Amino acid sequence: MIRETMIPRSFFIALSVLLLAVLSMSIYAWYMRGRAAGPLASSDTRPVVPLVAGPTERVTLFVAYDDVGVLHAQSAQIPLPSVRQQRAEELLRALLALYLDKSSPHPLPQGSDIRSVYLVDPGLAVIDINAAFADGHRSGVLSEELTVASLIQTLSANIPGILKVKILVEGKERETLAGHADLSNFFDVSAVNQLTAQLQAAL
Amino acid sequence: MHSNRSRISGHAIRGSRSIGVAAGTLLFFAVLLVSAAAPERHLSIYSSAANYSLPIVRREGRDYIGLLELLDPQGTVSAKSEPPRWRLHCNNILGDFTVDKSHALIQGRDIDLSGKFLLENGHGLVPLSSLNALLPRFLGGPATLHEESGRLFIGSIATHFTATVPPDDASHLVFRFTAPVNPSVASEPGKLRMTFSREPLTAPASPTLTFGSKTIPSATYSENNGAAEITVTTTVPLMASFSPDGRTITLAPAKSQTTAIATGVTGSGVTGPGVTASGVTGSGPAATSAPAATPAQNTTAAQSPAASPSASVPRRYFAVVDASHGGNDRGEALSTTLAEKDVTVAFARRLRQELENRGIPTLVLRDSDANLSLDERAFFANTTHAAVYVALHAASNGHGVRLYTALLPYGGEEDRGPFRSWTTAQQSSIPLSQAAAASVAVELRKQQVSVRILTAPLRPLNNIVTAALAVEVAPPASDLSQLTSPDYQQVIASAVANGIAAIRGQLGDAP
Repeated sequence: MIRETMIPRSFFIALSVLLLAVLSMSIYAWYMRGRAAGPLASSDTRPVVPLVAGPTERVTLFVAYDDVGVLHAQSAQIPLPSVRQQRAEELLRALLALYLDKSSPHPLPQGSDIRSVYLVDPGLAVIDINAAFADGHRSGVLSEELTVASLIQTLSANIPGILKVKILVEGKERETLAGHADLSNFFDVSAVNQLTAQLQAAL
Repeated sequence: MHSNRSRISGHAIRGSRSIGVAAGTLLFFAVLLVSAAAPERHLSIYSSAANYSLPIVRREGRDYIGLLELLDPQGTVSAKSEPPRWRLHCNNILGDFTVDKSHALIQGRDIDLSGKFLLENGHGLVPLSSLNALLPRFLGGPATLHEESGRLFIGSIATHFTATVPPDDASHLVFRFTAPVNPSVASEPGKLRMTFSREPLTAPASPTLTFGSKTIPSATYSENNGAAEITVTTTVPLMASFSPDGRTITLAPAKSQTTAIATGVTGSGVTGPGVTASGVTGSGPAATSAPAATPAQNTTAAQSPAASPSASVPRRYFAVVDASHGGNDRGEALSTTLAEKDVTVAFARRLRQELENRGIPTLVLRDSDANLSLDERAFFANTTHAAVYVALHAASNGHGVRLYTALLPYGGEEDRGPFRSWTTAQQSSIPLSQAAAASVAVELRKQQVSVRILTAPLRPLNNIVTAALAVEVAPPASDLSQLTSPDYQQVIASAVANGIAAIRGQLGDAP
């Protein structure tokens, strides 16, 4: 004798409603995901313009020139905040603005930016650049060396007390900038000073 | 009854399916095993411009080779792919190839390729056997192909040799070569093998040489997979020693102590299997100045004087030339078709030849398109105990040559006894490195090459314990094609070799 189990009709209705709800939620989530991804793909990759206002200061930027492979010290008048760490960031962003200009003497990839600069006592500066900066950087010993020396020398010449510098990419350590300049170690500022002197001497 | 039959036939089908799946899996793994075990075949190319090696690929049952890659070191070469056509310019000679056609037009003349022309990812592949017909058209000179052994001689280039037993000492065998050689040497019971992978060594009149010596009765010459090999039969363990100019190799019975030294060095030297797998080439026989073995090793050897099976003995190199980048790391994209890694390896081969011409034994790290990490490069350079390390780079920006010595990083761990800090291992050698760079710069200026000396945060310079410099070669002017010009490369290689040779005494005693 076979006994059939009866399933209440109300159970079927509840189950159907639940399935319908899950299906609707899935479609809605898929739609929202597409909308969220849309603007991100076409987002503006240009660096954030410093929103610093107030009194300006005269600083020295060490600017790379690819055509002759040298660094030149250039004076600039830029607005700088009073907080030491923010000063360091704005200083390097001012340097990058030169490199991102159409008439750049040392072009950097579009979207290059300084994410942050951390000043850690005693004497350590950590420069965190974004992925666009490193991924699109021109490869070559001299090209990469000019970039590294330009950043470190500009920072150390205007922010006293920096003895060593570490460069990170998107907050992480990377072996080289673009295949040559070593980023895995700490840069010795005094050694970079000497390198700058070499790079300031034209051929 | 019927259902039982169905069940039985169902089991049978499932059983046969399982057997089929198992057989298929076995076949797959068998094919995988065979293909993994099959050695990669190479074509070794010998020419006055450069000696190099390229992979041979198997297509449609024939051996093929990349024509652009083959001709690239021979002059100014460019290719344009417009499928199904592929045009190649080599030293102003135009070659017109069509996919799947077995004929090509070289300067308007029809050439039989003896097989279809293939185009893969923009790379033109020609049958290996067509090189005898193609190369003279492009290069204007003879080319001799040893198809079976994968060796190609462009122009009248060849290294000949003689083997003689000195009349006053029948236990020695002396090989004399017409050019410096640098073979890898391996011994096994009853035999000593010398493998010449980079030298255009050619066969003697007879492949088997007999000497009438009880110690060394005979030697045979053979060629295989891009290399020539001389196998010496012997009744005692033999030791090989090189003359300073690399043109003479003397085989003599190994004394127990020297055998121990050679065996000891092999264990930690650069000729181990791991190194070969990484693409380092140039192992050779031990020189008398090999590092000392421990007393324990001497004792072991004295008790067992026979050379260990397949023991290869490293030669001590004076210079290590490192062709930077390689494998997945292409370096700078110098143009759409030219990668830095290809320029550096061609230049490294040329520099090795120039150094060896000056009697400087030279090891080239990465003589193929192998991946080598920066740590591996430093490790091989340091364990070789060479007197100077030269890293080669190429760049499209600027002009002339830039010489770099290490810009040491901040701090690093302190040296502990005999152990050096890895990050600042170069510290004590910086004056020597600067002297080497200065010497090379003098020689480059003599050749009217624009040169500049800088420090650079460029690994592995800071990890090298001996004199170390990097040479970055840029075009002489704005014309990038000059970077691959044999004349330009030759001028620079020659000047760099002269610069190193000039301070050889300062860098260290030659082996």
